[in-house]
Amino acid sequence: MSTHATTRIVGAPVPRKEGVDKLVGRACYVDDMEREGMWYGATVRSTIPRGLIRSIAFDRRIDWSEFTVVTTADIPGENIVQLIVADQPCLADGKVNHCEEPILLLAHPDKHKLREALGAVKIEYDPLPPVFTIEESERQDLIVWGADNLLKSFLLEKGDVDSAWARAAHIVEGEYRTGAQEHLYIENQGIIAEYSAEDGVTVWGSLQCPYYVFKALRGVFDLPEDKVRVVQTETGGAFGGKEDYPSVLACHAALLARKSGHPVKMVYDRMEDLVATTKRHPARVRHRTALDKDGKLLAMEIHLDTDGGAYATLSSTVLSRATLHSTGPYLCPNVRVRARSWATNHVPYGAFRGFGAPQAVFAMERHMDEIAAALSLDPVELRRRNFLHQGDTNATEQLMREPMILDQLLDRALKESDYYAKRTQFARENAENPIKRGMGLAAFYHGSGFTGSGEVYLNSLAGVDVTPEGEVRVLVSNTEFGQGTNTILTQIAAEALGIEYSDVTMAAPDTDMVPNSGPTVASRTSMVVGRLIERACLQLIALLREHAGLGATHTREEFLAACEGYRAAHGDLSSLCRYEAPPGIYWDDQKYHGEAYGAYAWAVYVAQVAVDAVTYSAEVEDFWAVQEVGRVLHPVLAAGQIEGGIAQGIGYALYEKVVLEDGRMANNQMTNYIMPTAEDVPPIHVYFEQIPFRYGGFGAKGLGELPHDGPAPAILNAIRDATGVAFNSIPLLPEDLYAGLAANQPVEEPALP
Amino acid sequence: MSANGKLKTVARWPTIRFTVNGESRSVRVPPMKRLLDVLREDLHLTGTKEGCGEGECGSCSVRMNGELVNSCLVPVLQAEGAEIQTVEGLALDGELHPLQEAFLHNGGAQCGICTPGMLMAAAQLLAHSPHPSDAEIREGLAGNLCRCTGFVRIFESVAAAADASDAEPAKEPAKESELEQTYHAR
Repeated sequence: MSTHATTRIVGAPVPRKEGVDKLVGRACYVDDMEREGMWYGATVRSTIPRGLIRSIAFDRRIDWSEFTVVTTADIPGENIVQLIVADQPCLADGKVNHCEEPILLLAHPDKHKLREALGAVKIEYDPLPPVFTIEESERQDLIVWGADNLLKSFLLEKGDVDSAWARAAHIVEGEYRTGAQEHLYIENQGIIAEYSAEDGVTVWGSLQCPYYVFKALRGVFDLPEDKVRVVQTETGGAFGGKEDYPSVLACHAALLARKSGHPVKMVYDRMEDLVATTKRHPARVRHRTALDKDGKLLAMEIHLDTDGGAYATLSSTVLSRATLHSTGPYLCPNVRVRARSWATNHVPYGAFRGFGAPQAVFAMERHMDEIAAALSLDPVELRRRNFLHQGDTNATEQLMREPMILDQLLDRALKESDYYAKRTQFARENAENPIKRGMGLAAFYHGSGFTGSGEVYLNSLAGVDVTPEGEVRVLVSNTEFGQGTNTILTQIAAEALGIEYSDVTMAAPDTDMVPNSGPTVASRTSMVVGRLIERACLQLIALLREHAGLGATHTREEFLAACEGYRAAHGDLSSLCRYEAPPGIYWDDQKYHGEAYGAYAWAVYVAQVAVDAVTYSAEVEDFWAVQEVGRVLHPVLAAGQIEGGIAQGIGYALYEKVVLEDGRMANNQMTNYIMPTAEDVPPIHVYFEQIPFRYGGFGAKGLGELPHDGPAPAILNAIRDATGVAFNSIPLLPEDLYAGLAANQPVEEPALP
Repeated sequence: MSANGKLKTVARWPTIRFTVNGESRSVRVPPMKRLLDVLREDLHLTGTKEGCGEGECGSCSVRMNGELVNSCLVPVLQAEGAEIQTVEGLALDGELHPLQEAFLHNGGAQCGICTPGMLMAAAQLLAHSPHPSDAEIREGLAGNLCRCTGFVRIFESVAAAADASDAEPAKEPAKESELEQTYHAR
């Protein structure tokens, strides 16, 4: 495949745009910022999971005249955090639906006085019975949300599942569960807000989506567009955790700023961040699969249920992506996926890298190994017999138009990992070794960009301009939080304009300065926004050719001179482009039928895992990640995304457990919520196959979320290979391994081919 | 908040003197104030970050008297007379430290929030072990959490910096001691 070998800057390992600032300690995160006369804010939160607020009392040992206290009465607009469904109050109004729900806000010039004051607000409740599990919620004995506890449901159907069972040579069933996961960005959530009658609300903060916060502030303050301004500060990790939650915190800080008359900073400490903010949705996925005598898929029935928490937040869109990633990269004529998200009295679950796909992929790929075992087939061979190929249709009957190379990815993963030789070697050694080793793999995909018609609704606008100083700026609301937005978008602009990487900068991520190019989520920045920038640059060149005498080919100097000439003659110079769907796109939101995603990234991952039969610890010893993500815009950044995602996926599988007690996270410290450290991460071997996607920025597809989808099933499949025991829930901690190994007689191993 | 009240309190606080990045500094703050907050709030050295406040994440790592410490766990009174180095003291004369250079080119920093602490841990490691093995690098950085990179490129950055220091032997330590002498002489 061709890979645009002619580019100068796209594909080159240029230094990260804001890299030096981060390395010398100069990058300015929200907690590094101060404003004149700034106060600090804090949040009084519910201590029970569900109930009515009977009374609120302020202890007299505190001089409350020093404090600003904000209640629901101080909300000038609607007491709703605007997102998708208007159900989540900015501050609880008479009733709480989860532990740590915000009830009151306090501000004071001395942050140390806030802690004491928080403890001096006494709230009494009339408790109501809570719902804590998917099972309790779906029984609907107790309704805690809407008429039926159902936050959202989808039904995806292809072919005729019901008549397929009778024809099946094999039917295999399984149930798979995934736990909540904390983002654990190292920078906690934080916002600084200011308010004035003339300018309205301004917030600076650690966030992914300036225009989401913008929308939420407009609703809570009932202000027009020109009275709300949102500025993203340097953001110390996000992973989806700063997609929806910053809207809540921004509204809080801004309410305190309005009432106190001071700028107000609210930066959570780690314990508050862990206990009160969103996590990955826990899920239960049930598979029932029919196969013919040759091991080809005949029918898949999938019931996918998630715990959405107390409010709808992003549960519907997470469920959508889970639905569309639940059937794997396989060809199956008959499919039914029934997906539902249930309300409980947990802190609302939210966006997290992968956005429903890791849950769905874990179930599908774990299930494939159980099918292989049931059919005495090699797991590799089972997958190979069922892979989708170019020209096939997937579960939504989307025609796979683009070239697909799953077989090639699989072959490379097997070769690089020495998969078969190692399986044979480990099978021999395990008999006499207390360390049991195994190899496991997962084949999967991640859809790039918003689901279905989502990109059309977003209607993104992005572009470039040229300042009076001759600086070319990229104008987007897409944000940098480590993944490389600044670098890849300036690479694309410099490449398309025929100038140097250092000639291009990013305009400040400030809603007063940049258009709404959509949120920085859904693996859409490289593909969708990158393409918009590429188009805007080509449009700018056309403009300069027509009005400033730029030749058919040009040097950097000629381009800059033409910009100067244009500005002298015509004034401002800019070029904006709006999103246009690729041709032939059809999507039915009701039937979940058609082009689910503009493009897919494909991958095969292999894990080598060692299980210690004495200590019951499982360790990933080595990891191979082979993927096709379209054009790789920056080799170092792209590999860094894959490696980081895999490390998070290892944590998801083996380390990270959110312990909930009475609906509240009990292990809300880094001491007892354990993520992989430098000593836990294996060597990670990353390989890219590149097939440029014609509608992506310089051929790019999305890659940021992909690496979180595959590690957990690959690791648990390796543990099955090592121990002969099927573990179907994550996280899988040593105590779970112990329980499973003690309870299970090892099952018969499938013969190697 | 009354300004008077604050002044009275200040009068009770002892003066604590130490050296930061080769420069003598003195502060009058509550002696149990965290070194992290003194650096960030009183000395406006905001390169040092807070991630957890309980010594787990290492984002607030600084070097103090040749040891790597979590500055969130150090009451400033313990820093009396100490020599402290923060991320702001790594680059000299506008030139990036070999570690910073290596992190920049090897993808060692993504979101950047763990980076200052990670650089200090790496500097500490290389000071004691100029040619660390892979296992030594992992152990040396095990107290510093990074959620973005999966650590792979951080290990590569540290190894690259060690190799780069080989190419220019003893350049960086010599500069550092020179500076210390200059400032001590004041």
